[in-house]
Amino acid sequence: MSAAEWQLVGFSLRMALASLLLILPIGLALAWWLARKNWRGKALVETLVSLPLVLPPVVTGLLLLQLFGRRGPAGSWLHNTFNCDVVFTWRAVVIALAAMSLPLFVRAARTAFEEVDVKFEQLARTLGAGEWRVFFTITLPLAKRGVLAGSLLAFARALGEFGATIMVAGNIPGRTTTLPVAIYQAVENGEDAHAWTLAGVSAVIAFAAVFVSEKLQRRRK
Amino acid sequence: MKHLKTLFASAIGLLFALQLHAAQVTVFAAASLTDSLKQIAADYETTSGDKIIFNFAASGTLARQIEAGAPADIFFAADETKADALEKKGLLVGGTRKSLLGNVLVIVTPTGAPAINSPAELTNAAIQHIALGELKTVPCGTYAKAYLEKLSLWPAVESKAVPCESVRAVLAAVESGNVDAGFVYKTDAAISKMVKVAYEVPAADAPKIFYPLALLKDAPQPDAAKKFTAYLDSDAASAVFIKFGFIVLTSPSTK
Repeated sequence: MSAAEWQLVGFSLRMALASLLLILPIGLALAWWLARKNWRGKALVETLVSLPLVLPPVVTGLLLLQLFGRRGPAGSWLHNTFNCDVVFTWRAVVIALAAMSLPLFVRAARTAFEEVDVKFEQLARTLGAGEWRVFFTITLPLAKRGVLAGSLLAFARALGEFGATIMVAGNIPGRTTTLPVAIYQAVENGEDAHAWTLAGVSAVIAFAAVFVSEKLQRRRK
Repeated sequence: MKHLKTLFASAIGLLFALQLHAAQVTVFAAASLTDSLKQIAADYETTSGDKIIFNFAASGTLARQIEAGAPADIFFAADETKADALEKKGLLVGGTRKSLLGNVLVIVTPTGAPAINSPAELTNAAIQHIALGELKTVPCGTYAKAYLEKLSLWPAVESKAVPCESVRAVLAAVESGNVDAGFVYKTDAAISKMVKVAYEVPAADAPKIFYPLALLKDAPQPDAAKKFTAYLDSDAASAVFIKFGFIVLTSPSTK
């Protein structure tokens, strides 16, 4: 592999990791909320969280583009307040990957939380532990495997993201181009050997992530 | 009831009759030709009875699709080199290739954005993103890069480049205000109210921008396609191209 190809793989891995770090706090909170609480309109939140799984990725991309574009509500605020642009930068890559992989993480983490016996949590509370302490010392450790499996799935999904990424981050070589976008461009350019190399790398990473994720989920049972 | 049956039978009969007479000509055309060709085709369809189907995209993308065996009758690109590539592979019908149109490269900025008066200003710090056609597949990107290289501005501008999948994608990026400037053709800039032409590249500075037209060897409808290419070279079609701002290379008197 050439230096440019290594750069591309490194960049894609870093972006997928950054998106995972972004969704961890949001995803854990959402998963816990969905697993432990009942409230009116819960079904609506459940549906919204899962929507990016079935919505065409370009639609998610379109929504993000409208939101974070320089004339969009979030984009113009960031631009005017922090002089920070999102669209066509690496930040847009992270946001697109996070939006697309959040549902997978929330689903896995929620199931993991639901499998934790609430009696342990109640016991901890009777011993005087606060809600935060219960979560970090009882719920999360017991749900560790499921949460980890969900993280790996989300990471693998992020690495394969194409539709939303190309809408908000574009295809700027060395700056926003991720593995799938580079493969698409290589095919467009007629550089089939380059495309196959990158496809091979993608397959290896995806295989490893799903393999470990499956193993973690199976051992839990 | 009997009337209904006759009506159905004649309707179906009519459909088949139409199918027999109306050929569907598939044209793979450069994205910059979108509006002008649609208008020309609408005129042509009413007089000829044939139907014109378009696939508008970057010329490089179209060439790849044709190489892969896409069912196309006519190739109308914005770059001679894309036609050269297909010709070398023996995919064009010999003797049918003709450079029909010319165009001019312009720098556009979003309406309401600070003005640019020269290409050198693209290196200013205020200009963070410049939309270009993807450098290999989109001719307008290839031309823009060649032009900036000629002015020795490319090294300073390269890191600001946002490659787009067609010239119309460049236009859309500038319209949205997500980029500060972009390179499109004069004809694209003319159809948008949301961009303004900041600088028109003098013909002497830019590579020659010609639009080659050719019939494809594996055309499903070679006869109808031939008729339509002849129409594209007619005075009626030329008038539409001129209205949209293209340079018509063959003067009507030489036809």
